[in-house]
Amino acid sequence: MRADPVDYELLAPGNLPDVLSLLAHEPETWLPIAGGTDLMVLYASGRLSQKKLVSLWNLPELRFIDVADDEIRIGAGCTYTDIRNHPTIVHEFSLLTTAARWTGSIANQNRGTLGGNIVNASPAADSLPALLIYEADLILVSARGERRVLYTTFHTGYKSSVLAPDELIRAICLPRHFANHISYSRKVGARNAQAISKVCLAALGKLDRDTVTDVRIAIGSVAPVPLRLRSTEDALKGKAIDSHAIATARSNAIAEIQPIDDIRSTAAYRAAVAGNLVVEFLNALRESITRP
Amino acid sequence: MSDPRGPREISLTVNGQGKTLRAYPMERLLDVLRQHLKLTGSKEGCGEGECGACAVIVDGALVNSCLVPVLQVQNSTIVTIEGMAQSSRLSPLQKSFLDCGGAQCGICTPGMILAAHHLLSRVPRPSPEEIREALAGNLCRCTGYAQICEGVANAANREVLG
Repeated sequence: MRADPVDYELLAPGNLPDVLSLLAHEPETWLPIAGGTDLMVLYASGRLSQKKLVSLWNLPELRFIDVADDEIRIGAGCTYTDIRNHPTIVHEFSLLTTAARWTGSIANQNRGTLGGNIVNASPAADSLPALLIYEADLILVSARGERRVLYTTFHTGYKSSVLAPDELIRAICLPRHFANHISYSRKVGARNAQAISKVCLAALGKLDRDTVTDVRIAIGSVAPVPLRLRSTEDALKGKAIDSHAIATARSNAIAEIQPIDDIRSTAAYRAAVAGNLVVEFLNALRESITRP
Repeated sequence: MSDPRGPREISLTVNGQGKTLRAYPMERLLDVLRQHLKLTGSKEGCGEGECGACAVIVDGALVNSCLVPVLQVQNSTIVTIEGMAQSSRLSPLQKSFLDCGGAQCGICTPGMILAAHHLLSRVPRPSPEEIREALAGNLCRCTGYAQICEGVANAANREVLG
């Protein structure tokens, strides 16, 4: 059954304090909507059970990118297009701009927001592995004030998070110390545009001669939440990057993920692809030694 | 204060003309264009932002109008396919689509033209790769896409030449 707009309320206060006050006075009543690329799909198909919505679209307090010496702060209301077009993000956080390019189509990138992608918390979201890799912090805001949480602790399970009913994500903060890492990312899906990932991997590495001094690997679509492969990473650190280490990393990665069968793929396929992508990343990292 | 559940006054500039209408805040921009303003060039394909048949330009940005609640475009400037031609004269891009066989059944064509127009307004001489990326959110089941990409490339060359 298609939704009838008569049954829904939508308010657009146009500033953050008024939105927060609405959320504070009637918690769990008002559903925030930003660019609508997820919620409007639910709405149109009659599956959006919450009938009161409050618009975050284009709120100036949420749509900014500030570059400080030690970190870059991306307002939660920034679109994928805002992210793709920002020179510092392009230069220092290429995993995020690549993920933004893979998300939906140009039309969806002009509306979908990074904050919306985080709160919607799809395990298949293309941008979330990059945020895990870059050790993002989130600034959460409510009428009670602001707090800062590690992004790695934000998702607590499938579609659940530490966000309180009266809270919004205000900004995503990325520390600026990854410009000299080797980065790798790959999305495996039916096609890049529009298609939702079967497996999506983002990774960073750094070598001293052939010894791994830093390595970070995150994968989407292989667990209830986007996953950082900590055991696989730890087993690589301080080791020489050789065929043995790479083969071990492959089996460690497959042991660390929890893929499922669904409409897009199977658990077995996802595990094989995840292992292969880890190998492809580490081979690229190894080859970087010989390149100037 | 007016009833928050009732219709609201919405002001828009559509294809250069100021419009004021009453609509429910959650009405989709696509439905407002087609039903309130009788601009039926924008099509509904999938209704979930996957096919691009409803694409229009809002404040300079290409969007899928099926995913936009009309309250979010209050006071915005909108261009639809009806705003592409100058009275009865097709735009160079529209002409180029026709010349190359880029328009067949016509359902995807309005969204394709607007996606291509949005590309050419940012990148006047796009590479074949840039054309394919710009149109990747617009599905066509007639042409096989080659004629559409050719239509965009030819329009770009034509504008540069003359």
